Amino acid sequence: MTSVEVTDLTKEFRIGHGLKRSTLRAVDRVSFDLLPGRTVALVGESGSGKSTIARMLAKLERPTSGSITVTLDDKTPVGGSVYRRHVQMVFQDPFASLNPFHSIEHHIARPLRIHDRTRGAAATHEAVVHMLERVNLEPAADIAARRPHELSGGQRQRVAIARALAPGAQVLIADEPVSMLDVSIRLGVLNLMARLQREDNLAVLYITHDLATARHFSDEILVLYRGRVVERGPSDAVILNPQHDYTKLLAASAPDPERVGKLTSVAAPDRSKIDNSVSFNHYTGEWSSLDDAAVGASSGPAASVATPVR
Amino acid sequence: MTNLTPTTEPTVADNSAGLVESRRETGAKPRGGLRQLLPTMTPALVIGFSIVTAITLFGIFGPMFVQDPSTVRNIGMTPPSGDHVLGTTQTGQDVLAQLAYATRGSLQIGLIVGVLATLLSAFFGILGAYLGGFADEAFSLFSNVMLVIPGLPLVIVISGFVPQEQRGLWTIAVVLAITGWAASARVLRAQTLSLRNRDYVAAARVAGERSWRVIAVEILPNLLPVIASQFVFAVIFAILSEAGLAFLGLGASNSTTLGTMLFYAQNGFALQLKAWWWFVPPGLIIALFGCGLSLINFSIDEIINPKLRNVRAHAKLTRARGKAAK
Amino acid sequence: MTLTGTRPVLTVDNLSVVYDVDKPVTAVKNVSLTLSPGEILGLAGESGCGKTTLAYAINRLHKPPARIDTGSVTFHDSDGTDSDLLALGDEQLRAFRWSKLSMVFQGAMNALNPVISIHAQLDDVLKTHRPGMSKADRRRLCADVLERVGVDSKRLSSFPHELSGGMRQRVMIAMALILEPQVMIMDEPTTALDVVVQRDILREILRLRDELNFAVIFITHDLPLLLEISDRIAIMLRGEIVELASSERIYREPEHAYTKKLLGSFPSLTGERGDFIRTGDHALRGESK
Repeated sequence: MTSVEVTDLTKEFRIGHGLKRSTLRAVDRVSFDLLPGRTVALVGESGSGKSTIARMLAKLERPTSGSITVTLDDKTPVGGSVYRRHVQMVFQDPFASLNPFHSIEHHIARPLRIHDRTRGAAATHEAVVHMLERVNLEPAADIAARRPHELSGGQRQRVAIARALAPGAQVLIADEPVSMLDVSIRLGVLNLMARLQREDNLAVLYITHDLATARHFSDEILVLYRGRVVERGPSDAVILNPQHDYTKLLAASAPDPERVGKLTSVAAPDRSKIDNSVSFNHYTGEWSSLDDAAVGASSGPAASVATPVR
Repeated sequence: MTNLTPTTEPTVADNSAGLVESRRETGAKPRGGLRQLLPTMTPALVIGFSIVTAITLFGIFGPMFVQDPSTVRNIGMTPPSGDHVLGTTQTGQDVLAQLAYATRGSLQIGLIVGVLATLLSAFFGILGAYLGGFADEAFSLFSNVMLVIPGLPLVIVISGFVPQEQRGLWTIAVVLAITGWAASARVLRAQTLSLRNRDYVAAARVAGERSWRVIAVEILPNLLPVIASQFVFAVIFAILSEAGLAFLGLGASNSTTLGTMLFYAQNGFALQLKAWWWFVPPGLIIALFGCGLSLINFSIDEIINPKLRNVRAHAKLTRARGKAAK
Repeated sequence: MTLTGTRPVLTVDNLSVVYDVDKPVTAVKNVSLTLSPGEILGLAGESGCGKTTLAYAINRLHKPPARIDTGSVTFHDSDGTDSDLLALGDEQLRAFRWSKLSMVFQGAMNALNPVISIHAQLDDVLKTHRPGMSKADRRRLCADVLERVGVDSKRLSSFPHELSGGMRQRVMIAMALILEPQVMIMDEPTTALDVVVQRDILREILRLRDELNFAVIFITHDLPLLLEISDRIAIMLRGEIVELASSERIYREPEHAYTKKLLGSFPSLTGERGDFIRTGDHALRGESK
C-alpha cells in the first residue's frame, strides 16, 4: 500500500513582464495526507489552486517549496521513475485527455508496457480488455479498437480511469473527474471510482467544486480559498457545520433541492469580507492564523490585512 | 449585432456525431488513425492530384522518350510541327525534349527543398516548442531572424558567391531550403505549443512516456496534416524560387530546369520573335504545378479544420435534397 | 383568448425539429409548451436531448440542416396582438427577435466582441432597434441597464477582456434586457461560471424578473439549480418533454422514470446520501469483501 504525505506545498507563478513582474502564490503551504482506502476532497472555486496541487502531485509542475513524500507500508520512499507507477491522475476533460489519433487500446496498453505490467502483444491485449471490463466498458474488445471520438463523455472518462489504474497505481488524483459529464452519468462514474477504491484499497484525492459530491464521496474535506486551506475536517462536519465564511458562502451557493423555490431567501456571507488568513480545523476545533512574516513579504494574494482570530 | 452570434450552434459543426452514426449505419468502416488523415475525395483534390501526377509522370518518364535536348540543328525557331511537336529553339533544339528534362530538374529541386525545409522546420519548430524555456527562446529567435532576412536577395547573393562550376543542383537546393524553412517552423511551433498543453500530452507524461515518445507518438501524428501542408508549400516555393533564380542566370549550372528554359527563351528574344512555343510551355507547367499543389493543400486544410469538412458534407446534402425536390 | 392574468406570453404547439442529415434525426418531437408572463420555466435534459435545438427553433435561429417539421410558435404580445413566429418575414423577425424575445447563449460571455467597448456593443443594439432615440438617451439607457444587472456604469468604457467571466455574463444579460423583452431564453447561462458567481447571477435574474416581469425559459442540465429557481420544470428526453410540472411537484412527486433517475443522480448537500455509496465507508468495505 502506498501513502502520500504532502507538507507545506507551495507554488508561485511569475506573472507579467519586465518591471511589472510579480509573483502569484497559487498554492500556499498546503499539507495533507493521502492514506490507502481513504478519500480526501479538495474543494474550491476555479483559481483557488486546486488543479495546481493536482499537477504537482502528478509531477507535471514543480513545487516552489514544500514536499511530497510517497512511501510504501514499510516506509520505503517511492521516487524517480517508480513514482508514476504509484501515483496516477484522472483529468477533468475526457474530451481532451485522450489522443484523438490513437485507439483506446493504445491509451491503456502504453502504461501497461511502460511499467512492465505485461510482456508481448497478446498478454497486453488481454490486460487491456481486463482493464476495460473493470471499468464496466463492454464489449471490451470492441471498445478497445475504437477511437476516442466514437465514445461518449462518460465512456471516455471510464477509459481515463482505466488508464490511470493500468500501471497498478495505488494513489489516484482525480481532478474534477465528473464536472464535464452530464448530471445523470456523474453518479455512475463516481460510484465506479468508489468501487475501484474499495477493491484496490486506493488512496484518492478528489478535487471538485461540488460540495454535495465532496461530502458523500470523501472522508475528509479541505476547503481551498486563494491557495490556502481555510477549513478542514471530516466531510459531514465541514459541510453541515461550516465555520469559515468562505465555506459558508460555498455551501449557500451550491444548488440544493431541499430549498425548492427559495433561492433568494438564503443569506450568503459578503464575499468582500472573507479573509483567507485564518483557518478552522474541525479535528482540533480551533482557529489558527495562516499569516506569518514570510507571507507578509510576498506580493501574492495573501497580502490582505489580517483580521483577529475569532 | 455581430457580437451576438452564438458560439455554440446546434448546426453543421455539432452534427458530426450524427454523421458518424449515419456512416456506421450505411456499413462504411469508420476512418481511424492514419486513414482519418487522408483527405476525402473532392473535385478540387481530384483535379489537383491529376495535374500533379501528370506533370510528375512527364518529368520522370518524359526524358526517356524524347530526343537529345541539346542537339543543335540549323532549323532555328520553327513553329510546332510533326517532327518537333513543340517546335524548336533559336538554335534548333527540340522544345519538347528540353521541357521534359527541365520538368525533371525542377521537380528534383522542389522535392529536395521540400524535404530539407520540412526537416529543418520540424526540428526547430516542434522540438523548440515542446522543450520550452531556453531552447524555445533560442530556436524561436533563430527562426525569426531567418524569417526577416529577405529570402530572394540572400539567395542571389549566395548563388552569386558560389563559383559557377560548383553551383550544382544540390547547392541551389540547400540555399533554397535554408531560406525557406523559417515560416513553416513558426506555424509548426504555434501548433505544437497548442498541442503540448493538451491534456492528452500531460496524460502521456503522467503515464510515464519519455519525451521523445511523447513528441513522436502523441504529438507528431496530430501535426501530420500541418506538416504535409507545409511540405507542399515548400515545394511550390522551391520551384518558383528556382525558376526566378535561373531566370536571372543564377540557376544550377549542371542541370536544366524550367527556369533555365525561360532564361534562354528570354535571351533568345522568344517574346519579341513571337516564338510562343518556346516560353509558354515551361511557364504553363510552373503555373499548373503550383495550381495543382495548391488544390491539394486546400484538401489538407480540411483535415486540419474538420469544420470545413462538415460544411462541405452538409452543402452536398442540401444540394442532393434540392435536386430530389425538383 | 382574453386579456386576463392567465393569458400566456408564448405558446409552442406540437413543435418538431428535424436534422436533415443522411438519415434524418428528429431532435425535437411534438413539443408543446405555454409560458405565462413573469414565469420561469426550466428546461432540463442531458446534452443531445434537443433542448438547445428547441430554444433555437422557438427563436427561429436554427440553421440548416435543422428544419422545423411541424407545429407552431405563437407570441402573445402584452399589447393584445398575437403573432405566429414561424410565419414572420425576415424583416419582421429581425424587429421581433431582440425587442420581444431575447436570448442569452451558452458561453455567451465569450461572444462579446473583444475590440469594441461595452458601451459600443450595447449602443449597437439600440441603434438597430430604436433608430429614433437620441444619443444622450441611448447613453443613459446603456448606463441604466448595466447598473440593473449589477455592473458599475463606469464599466461602460471597458473592453470585454478587462472584465471577469461573471461580469461579461452580466453584460450579456444586460444586452438581452436592454429592449425590455417579454421573454428571455437562457441557454446554460451560468454553466461556465463558478458556483458562487453563478449564484449571484441567478439572484440577479430573479430580482430583475420580479422588477420587469419578463418570462424566462431557462435551459440547463443542472436539475438541482432548476429546482431552486424555476416555477415549472419541463424534463426533456430524446427530443420529447416527458414531464412538465411545478418544481415542487417534480421534486416531491416525480412521475416519469427518467425524472426519478435524474433526481437520484445527484446527492443532496444536506440531505441523505441517496444512491451514493461512500467510498471510505469502512463498514461497507467490510461487507463487499
